[in-house]
Amino acid sequence: MRYNRTQSNGCYVSSMENHQIGKSVPRKEGRAKVTGSARYVDDLTFPEMLYGVTVRSSVARGKILDLHFADGIPWNEFTIVTARDIPGKNCIALLIEDQPCLADQQINHPEEAVVLLAHPDKYLLEAARQAVRIEIDPLPAIFTIEDSLLQKQIIWGQDNIFKAYHIEKGDVAASWAAADFIVEGEYETGAQEQLYIEPQGMIAQADPKNGVTVWGSLQCPYYVHKALVRLFDFPKEKIRVVQTETGGGFGGKEEYPSMLAGHAALLALKSGKPVKMIYDRAEDMAATTKRHPSRTRHRTAVTRDGKLLAMDIDFSLDGGAYETLSPVVLSRGTIHAAGPYDCPNVRVRSRAVATNSPPHGAFRGFGAPQSVFAIERHLDRVAEVVGIAPEELRRRNFVREGQALSFGQMVHEKVEMSGMLDRALHLSGYHVKRARFSQQNPSAAIKRGIGFAAFLHGAGFTGSGEEYLASEALLTATRDGKVHVLAGSTEMGQGTNTVFAQIAAEALGLDCDQVEITQPDTSLVPNSGPTVASRTTMIVGKLVETAALAIKAMLLQSGFLKADYDAREFANACRQYLDQFGELQSLAKYQHPTDLHWDDANYQGDAYGAYAWAVYVAEVSVDTRTGEVHVEDFVAVQEVGKVINPVLAAGQIEGGVAQGIGFALYENVVWREGQMINGQMTNYIMPTSMDVPPIRVFFEELPYSRGPAGAKGIGELPLDGTAPAIANAIAHATGTDIRQIPITPEVLLEMLESAHV
Amino acid sequence: MSEAARKIRLHCTINGLDKTLETYPMARLLDVLRQQVGLTGTKEGCGEGECGACSIEMDGELVNSCLVPALQADGATIRTIEGVAVCGQLTALQQAFLTYGGAQCGICTPGMVLAAMNLLARTPEPTERDIREGLAGNLCRCTGYTKIFQSILEACRSMRPRA
Amino acid sequence: MRSNVPAYEMYAPATLSQALQRMAQEPRVWKAFAGGTDLMVLLEAGKLQHRKFLSIWKLPELRGIEVTHSHITLGSLTTYSDVRRQELLAREFPLLCRAASETGSLATQNRGTIGGNIANASPAADFPPALLVYDAQLELVSDSGVRWVSCGNFWKAYKQIDLRDDELIRGIRLPRQKNDWIPLYRKVGARRAQAISKVCFAAAARMEAGVIFDLRIALGSVAPTVLRAIRTESVLRGNKPNVALVRAAQETLAKEIAPIDDIRSTARYRLRIAQNLLAEFCERLAG
Repeated sequence: MRYNRTQSNGCYVSSMENHQIGKSVPRKEGRAKVTGSARYVDDLTFPEMLYGVTVRSSVARGKILDLHFADGIPWNEFTIVTARDIPGKNCIALLIEDQPCLADQQINHPEEAVVLLAHPDKYLLEAARQAVRIEIDPLPAIFTIEDSLLQKQIIWGQDNIFKAYHIEKGDVAASWAAADFIVEGEYETGAQEQLYIEPQGMIAQADPKNGVTVWGSLQCPYYVHKALVRLFDFPKEKIRVVQTETGGGFGGKEEYPSMLAGHAALLALKSGKPVKMIYDRAEDMAATTKRHPSRTRHRTAVTRDGKLLAMDIDFSLDGGAYETLSPVVLSRGTIHAAGPYDCPNVRVRSRAVATNSPPHGAFRGFGAPQSVFAIERHLDRVAEVVGIAPEELRRRNFVREGQALSFGQMVHEKVEMSGMLDRALHLSGYHVKRARFSQQNPSAAIKRGIGFAAFLHGAGFTGSGEEYLASEALLTATRDGKVHVLAGSTEMGQGTNTVFAQIAAEALGLDCDQVEITQPDTSLVPNSGPTVASRTTMIVGKLVETAALAIKAMLLQSGFLKADYDAREFANACRQYLDQFGELQSLAKYQHPTDLHWDDANYQGDAYGAYAWAVYVAEVSVDTRTGEVHVEDFVAVQEVGKVINPVLAAGQIEGGVAQGIGFALYENVVWREGQMINGQMTNYIMPTSMDVPPIRVFFEELPYSRGPAGAKGIGELPLDGTAPAIANAIAHATGTDIRQIPITPEVLLEMLESAHV
Repeated sequence: MSEAARKIRLHCTINGLDKTLETYPMARLLDVLRQQVGLTGTKEGCGEGECGACSIEMDGELVNSCLVPALQADGATIRTIEGVAVCGQLTALQQAFLTYGGAQCGICTPGMVLAAMNLLARTPEPTERDIREGLAGNLCRCTGYTKIFQSILEACRSMRPRA
Repeated sequence: MRSNVPAYEMYAPATLSQALQRMAQEPRVWKAFAGGTDLMVLLEAGKLQHRKFLSIWKLPELRGIEVTHSHITLGSLTTYSDVRRQELLAREFPLLCRAASETGSLATQNRGTIGGNIANASPAADFPPALLVYDAQLELVSDSGVRWVSCGNFWKAYKQIDLRDDELIRGIRLPRQKNDWIPLYRKVGARRAQAISKVCFAAAARMEAGVIFDLRIALGSVAPTVLRAIRTESVLRGNKPNVALVRAAQETLAKEIAPIDDIRSTARYRLRIAQNLLAEFCERLAG
């Protein structure tokens, strides 16, 4: 196969049809997955391996008085670890170091880890866990955003506030007088459990001479690395983190694995043996992170023509007991709070506050699903007050090329939200159904509704975040013409391995089979930043592309490769190059675009390099006798730059929509005193194959010049618009004013009945 | 009574091979398969018979191996995901999962493939509704099920005898 | 796995009489273990308190379906899948097939037995309400003999059953009288599959000239046991369904059931649903 490529301005331009990009190349590691030979962490065993378990507090807040080890257990056979055994600092280093690895004197949330045990016999180990009693003198605890803001107890810092932001655009205060209508509303979203089907797990080996190695289910090997360096006070070279095949992450394995790795490694260090720790589902649900619960208040000034004059938005997140990633979740939620609209006056005041529950953390969408639910539900209500159709309100306010988003970023692309809205409404049969349902519903026990949401999602880290990450990717070529991609980005089902292979293969004019992805291992791969924030294809994929092009350039320059070549000639050139120079590799480092400016102090400017834009439409049926809602049909239209692998990209949207359906309707965390009490798959309800509708996915492509082959990020996008589209559809079906999710049948039936009265 | 005395011996056929195993009578069949027989393809997702990641075929029926005590597997004929492909040759179903995106993170895939095989054995030409019902005991968090349905339908199409 | 598995004993007697002998000789020591779909969940959660089990799973005397002109008797080891495969049951006892198909998942239907479900006595069980509608009788066997108990008298209080320590359920006998009755089975759970019911409603009625000649109504998840709504039945029996009658029946139902708040749902919701499903049933009867 012969190729001809031109390059200009550092941007990738193809002069011929793509051979890999845009093709549904089968998943690189797919064969292992469909034959059951893929190895996840619990599939691995090491010689002399011990099992480890965690003893946790059942109290939300208090002082640890003592530890009691009951009789009847041969304690001398056990490795027992407490905070005293930590060589470095007793913390899980992340943004700050407030979260202890093991609680020492104070408990700040239920399920907080206090004691670790290891033993070769799993069954005896479990009996031992139940034989440890932590004696705690309880302190008063707080569990809601309200109580935290009211400072009923100060449980963190001076004022319970992890972080606060303030966006100010125009003059909100002066806008109320000019408004024809002022619409207010308060919206709430609940916690959501990531519920990857593979629970969290780690295996660790540690000794003072060789250092620490961990293998596990994780998204961010270098986050774990950083945390272990701090915990053990070992030099960086003595900490090694290896990602095993990971059975889903969705953000739930972004920061938490650092805690589990620390635990397993402490047991390994003290015992001198490899230690495996695998959470069962109950422990995973109870003790690990969830999506931040939120409360958003909107106050909107609008003209009788449906033009938005001002938006005053107050956004709060419940962060749980320690800071972990709350400032960043808050950041994203804050920036996305005012949506894809051109509004001259906007104020967003936000804060993430502490409560005595296990820390909340990353979950696909990362703050945006919370604030987007609020605005998209709110704007349907605004439209109703103004007396125009909800789609008309959006059309009159969508931001366009040349206009600025609420935080000041100018839109430089030709995105046409109105066009996408029209397309989504057409594909879903919205207008016909809207009319038909409105006519049929009054006499129907099963009412139907159709609603939509319009939204955007920034890809990559906010502001100067990518610059701070300074990600790298390394490509090397071998004598047989194989190219190896070495990056810290992790495959967890989203398709990273395959997309990287496609990008590299395309740049080099090879087949995907000639590209190998190196298993992320911090002793081998550079730090490409975390696998989060819809950044992996767009940011790291671009580095892969750059490095691949650089290798090609090196070969061309050497004279061993001619401009037109096939795979065999490429292999020959590699061999000759290696014979002469000894090494053939290229390290690509992230270059922050010089035309992106972000003012962190005022929270203004170019928040993200690129946005995906979308309109989602949900059709629902509501059984008014039981309050049950079923999503009957779903249309997802999004503009994503460039679809690198259609099957993988659609798979991301479909899976995200299903999670959004859960977020909207089914996934209810039941709390008691800061503890999740429905931590079983029987009682925490995610959608089954019977609960998902046909999910119809449509892509539009406006190539993003800085993305690999023009691609932007899409992983989180579907979580933003799915729930509000469903909420709006339910409102249409029943006339109920939905203000919170999940919209459980209990809540909906109550609303339906009070509407009747 | 010492703990070793409480173990039992069971005989079963696993993926066509006769096996004799010594294990505790109420050890979960899932653990026996994964730890004693070394067949780690069958996964634990919930330990309560809800997610189906531990699905295997036992005496021709789909069961959750996390809910089967080892003693009741005595004399059984068992098939796990490792026994699906024949001599490394993928079945049409497995190939379809590869081609049409039926597997993302892969953790539900072994159970899903077993469930799909069981469905096709009972209903060779399933409708989408049949597929939804047949897979209702296998949870997938990654795919939203859409491409799993498609993989199964495409596998059926590829297996239809040509006119 | 939160239990100490080595501490558990199980053995499989070869015949029913061996099992019964063992249970008679060592009362309360051995408990029967059928398909395990309830007990293994408890084992995993560290909540299976009993330690010694007799595996009855393979006992041929407890399997099979006996058909006479007046009755159908299901062996207690009949699985939900077995029920779903029986055409005769689909024709004459449609509520049983509906209940079986709404229980758990296919994999649990292949292993879950109706005897195990009955003995487990969950107030949220999906199959027993259908058995109550069909006036099922249970054959209880022990080493010393046989006795029959009507299903309605079997579940006495929360998790308390009329089963002696030395007894096993051998069969479930259903009189073949209701094949022309109008049925309604509705299980309301949190999702469309694999859901523990919030309310389970099973009912059937025989209509004659627009009058409810006779009927049975049974519910799950609204009381400490599954129950037949006998007083609600009497309000409806002998009358033509109309708005006032339905309202009266709903009021009686509210007094007859005792739903609670729990992690799955609320008392208020359960009451509403039960009443709404009762209305739906009456609408169906009114044609």
